[in-house]
Amino acid sequence: MKIARSILIGVLLLIPAFVWADDATYRYPIDDSFAATILGTPQNLRPELKGELPIKTMVLETDLKKPEIFFYDHGLRYTVAFQDRKAPLIFLIAGTGGSSKSAKIVALMANLYHAGFHVIALPSPTFSNFIINASTTHVPGNLAEDADDLYRVMEQIWSQCKERIEVSHFHLAGYSLGGTEAAFVAKLDEERKVFDFRRVLMLNPALSLYNSVSRIEELLDRIPGGPRKMGAFYNRVMEKSTEFYRKGDFVAIDDDFLFAAYQAQILERDEVGGMIAVSFRISSAGMIFASDVMTRGGYVVPKNRELKNSDSLEDYFWTSLHLSFLDYFNEYFVPYFQSRQPGLTKEELIETLSLKSIEHYLASSTKIGVITNEDDFILASEELDYLRRVFGPRLKLYPRGGHLGNLEYSDNMAFLIDRLHSSTW
Amino acid sequence: MYNNTIKLIITSTLILILTGCAGRAALLPGETPPMHTVSEFSDDENVSRTHDPWEGLNRSMYKFNYEADRFVFIPVVSGYETVVPRFARTGVSNFFANIREVRTFYNSILQAKGKSSLVTLGRFLTNSTIGIGGLFDPATAFGWRQEHEDFDRTLETWGVDTGPYLVLPILGPNTARSAAGLAVDGGVRWAIMSAIDPFGGTGARTEINMGTIALETVDLRHRESFRYYDSDYPFEYYMVRYLSSQERKLKILR
Repeated sequence: MKIARSILIGVLLLIPAFVWADDATYRYPIDDSFAATILGTPQNLRPELKGELPIKTMVLETDLKKPEIFFYDHGLRYTVAFQDRKAPLIFLIAGTGGSSKSAKIVALMANLYHAGFHVIALPSPTFSNFIINASTTHVPGNLAEDADDLYRVMEQIWSQCKERIEVSHFHLAGYSLGGTEAAFVAKLDEERKVFDFRRVLMLNPALSLYNSVSRIEELLDRIPGGPRKMGAFYNRVMEKSTEFYRKGDFVAIDDDFLFAAYQAQILERDEVGGMIAVSFRISSAGMIFASDVMTRGGYVVPKNRELKNSDSLEDYFWTSLHLSFLDYFNEYFVPYFQSRQPGLTKEELIETLSLKSIEHYLASSTKIGVITNEDDFILASEELDYLRRVFGPRLKLYPRGGHLGNLEYSDNMAFLIDRLHSSTW
Repeated sequence: MYNNTIKLIITSTLILILTGCAGRAALLPGETPPMHTVSEFSDDENVSRTHDPWEGLNRSMYKFNYEADRFVFIPVVSGYETVVPRFARTGVSNFFANIREVRTFYNSILQAKGKSSLVTLGRFLTNSTIGIGGLFDPATAFGWRQEHEDFDRTLETWGVDTGPYLVLPILGPNTARSAAGLAVDGGVRWAIMSAIDPFGGTGARTEINMGTIALETVDLRHRESFRYYDSDYPFEYYMVRYLSSQERKLKILR
């Protein structure tokens, strides 16, 4: 009896201990979700990759006549890293405002190439180069239409590359908004079967575009004076950082400096969150401007103005920076789609911009999986519950890492590659 | 390169006077106002404090540099990187860095920086002798960190303001002061070279000088990873302008 009781107590004690142990065996070191998002993974905790990455930028020429202000743009720029033998090929889709050479893409490319994949990376449909060259409407954000554009571009790229490489089968992955888009692209692929993807990975995706963007925008509400004072906020943060740099013996603004600044806690948590939102605004400013020029939307640039290369764009930059993604959504995006489809309400449109609109497909397709973090601030807790319900065992949830901060952590990378290799979850 | 710099500065100044300032923000007749204009957001603090009254010219020069890169420098540099092995490229970089120690040396003296000038002198003598004419850099291994001084920094210590932002042909983002600094440093170098006349006896002085200038230009571009318009960001010009002013600020702190 006594023994039975102690066993019972032992078991009871073990249960929380076991749960806790699962968390504790995961050694990604940064607890704070904002800090993790900015700092990423320390160099020594990333997988060691030997050999060079033969990364090349390629151009998919488009015959569009471009506005003079985009004279430097010669077509859609994508990057490739090819094996010299038969191998599976993986397409990557960048997150909001990301080019095909953004840091996260290059990190994924390096690891996947090292693991034996051919890799082709595409910019985000919200990236100016994509808006100018590959977007049918030049109005990014409509997931189904963006997926259609992505699929067309992937087909064109494939026909450009297929002579040069031997491919056994295809995979697809995207991070952040690119992860959400990957799901829509996968669904298209079920009908068109050009690639017949074997595995589709969504890395830290948004469930609802509108909700996730709202959550990022809210980070600016917590800075003094709110979003309208982001210039002053940015200057203050830069001053603090410069001051810290001046006092310390740093060689450059590099990872070491950022980690030291984090450890010294020179910024308050709301300030770190504010900087994440500012960098998001910098991306969205490029998107708003490029789209407005391409559609002659009259949103920040006068409708009938032909911009010349020597014209100052500074005022447009400042204006676009101060417009939130939600301004863009309400004043530019919704009216555009309403003009194409009279009677469409804002709420209906928001619903189509969510994984929920393809829930049936996501729940039934065993090839698609989600990898994200419990503390990823672009997801609300009920959205995490939704992902748990729909994806079940095909959801891998790490206890921390913020938004993509742990992407390069060696455990994460090993898991990601393992999922691509294996045929079951 | 540096003797040419003077010419280029004079030319660009002339172009400046001739073209005046560009930039159109206000509405022209017949234009419909956009939904949002900058006037709505004038209550926020400006971020880039870089004074840029010559933006029209600067943007044109920025484009010129992009074209020069695209059609001349990048093909040449990638040829250089393919043909010349890594150790030889390092040797070339070391060689020109060693020559630039002279610039750091006299500018350290002009700024009354005793330690910096002595370290630089020591580095120059060591690398020129043990380092075989500067091809190797044993001085760094001895613990003498390379200092960077130029006439721009000297003008700074003398209290001269940076002046407006100025994108120079080939040389890229600068300020009026740093452009003047480049001109002075280039002039000093030209004067020293004329006085020493190292290739005088070879009978091919001009050719060797031109070759050296070309090689140094290739080396500089090879070591600089920045590529114009590579970001594809529509506002890249402003990001570069801001970052180059921040970089200058941080260099001074170091």
